[in-house]
Amino acid sequence: MQTLLQQIINGLVVGSVYAVVALGYTMVYGILGLINFAHGDVLMVGALVAYTAITFFQAAIPGLSPIVYFALGLMVAMPACMVIGYTIERTAYRRLRNAPRLAPLITAIGVSFLLQTLAMIIWGRNYHSFPQLIQTAPIEVVTGVFMTPVQMTTVGLSAAMMVGLVLLVTRTNMGRAMRATAENHRVASLMGVDTNGIIALTFIIGSALAAVAGVMIASNYGVAHYSMGFMPGLKAFTAAVLGGIGNLAGAMVGGIVLGLVEAIGAGYIETWSGGWLNSSYQDIFAFIILGIVLIFRPTGLLGERVADRA
Amino acid sequence: MPHENPAAPLLQLRDARIAYGQIQAVKGIDLELFSGELVSLIGANGAGKTTTLNAIAGTLQLSGGELSYAGSAIAGMPAHKRLRAGIALVPEGRGIFTRLTVEENLRMGAYTRSDKAEIEADLERVYEMLPRVRERLPQVAGTLSGGEQQMVAIGRALLSRPKLLLLDEPSMGLAPLIVEKIFEVIQIVIKQGVTVLLVEQNANLALGFSNRAYVMESGKITLSGSGQDLLHDPKVRSAYLGEAA
Repeated sequence: MQTLLQQIINGLVVGSVYAVVALGYTMVYGILGLINFAHGDVLMVGALVAYTAITFFQAAIPGLSPIVYFALGLMVAMPACMVIGYTIERTAYRRLRNAPRLAPLITAIGVSFLLQTLAMIIWGRNYHSFPQLIQTAPIEVVTGVFMTPVQMTTVGLSAAMMVGLVLLVTRTNMGRAMRATAENHRVASLMGVDTNGIIALTFIIGSALAAVAGVMIASNYGVAHYSMGFMPGLKAFTAAVLGGIGNLAGAMVGGIVLGLVEAIGAGYIETWSGGWLNSSYQDIFAFIILGIVLIFRPTGLLGERVADRA
Repeated sequence: MPHENPAAPLLQLRDARIAYGQIQAVKGIDLELFSGELVSLIGANGAGKTTTLNAIAGTLQLSGGELSYAGSAIAGMPAHKRLRAGIALVPEGRGIFTRLTVEENLRMGAYTRSDKAEIEADLERVYEMLPRVRERLPQVAGTLSGGEQQMVAIGRALLSRPKLLLLDEPSMGLAPLIVEKIFEVIQIVIKQGVTVLLVEQNANLALGFSNRAYVMESGKITLSGSGQDLLHDPKVRSAYLGEAA
């Protein structure tokens, strides 16, 4: 029972990060019908920029509270990723807006390679130890069940980002314009919506979310390196498909569900397989889920929006 | 820049050509609209009427010729800026945002405006003009009937407070009673001083209401004149009103 509770908590932590990253995938898909495979690498850039910024501020202005350094890292990483997201859309995807779907997809993979290579040139191939600014000593929340402050921060920040995004999309003029553009670019432009601006904004918001996710992942694992975006990117993509790609609520539900399945699976796989497999096989759960969803329910748990835009 | 000379046309197309890739859909047309007019553009399917409206609204660009509005050349201006300049299009097939609610659809019409109190007043006016829309406000617009969607589409366009309203086949596929209601609304809109360019398959109805009309055939304007003259023109009657010549 304690193992189960512990794994549920671990699953919620990982799942909330997946959810935040999945939102970026699903927003871009909803508005452009494009799977932005470079999204995971934006997350990586966020983590590495935060790493550099935090190291810089720790040297330049020593003696501040760790939380302040953490916040400074986020405050540098978010705008940096927003600029990168905008630049990717403006230079790579916009000119392919009316191209056959395969072209932007392959371009996205290309952008992913480009970002990884650039990061490797700038930060090197080594793992950087990410400053542990938030306490990592576990706190016993229930008897025998532990949660670290960094995990709590992760869940809290993710929840705040999700609530903020949902409010933006459902309650503001800008959000309404985003939904209108997602449904029909042409008619949205007839309403006076600068659809290019809205699409750019979608990338900017998604990238800011990715930056936060990157910083949280690096804080949880204590490392940052140039290829760290690949796996979370793939998992978050799976989460978006699981929830129903193009659907914001679906991305959040998909992220949490995927995190839970992965954590519970990792917790019990050794028992289930009679010792054949161990928790280092946890990644297979995401891809088993991806396979099952694509075969049996390609529109995802909540989705219906898969095929309505060519 | 925009000189509001009442004698000058509000909208003017000169030798306008529009192409889809290699295919010329509109092959050099001249068209003028003066403030306060209701002008209709009639013709068979594929004559280029919808293409012309889209080019005026800016979702298509001219491949040649000139387009001026309120005294300024606007060819090349994107659609969202043309809306701000006062050109609104109710597109063919209505273009409702089916996943947004009726109210959200209407509010999209006021997207470029920031005068909150005035927007609420305009919404109220739309509800008065289209009482059935009011009953449907929280409903997802995709669940509305065709006639209700058309009314939402027109109401939405009016919320941008257009100077020039372009209507593309507002009667298409609708029951006669609803068509009647839509033409009533067009009359109200005209009385408010909005200039209207109407594309219609239902030539009889359109010509009866119009000050002037143009007849389009395979990308060219073949006839123009007052609505009444065209209504009684034997060529128009045989081609578009289903009478033997």
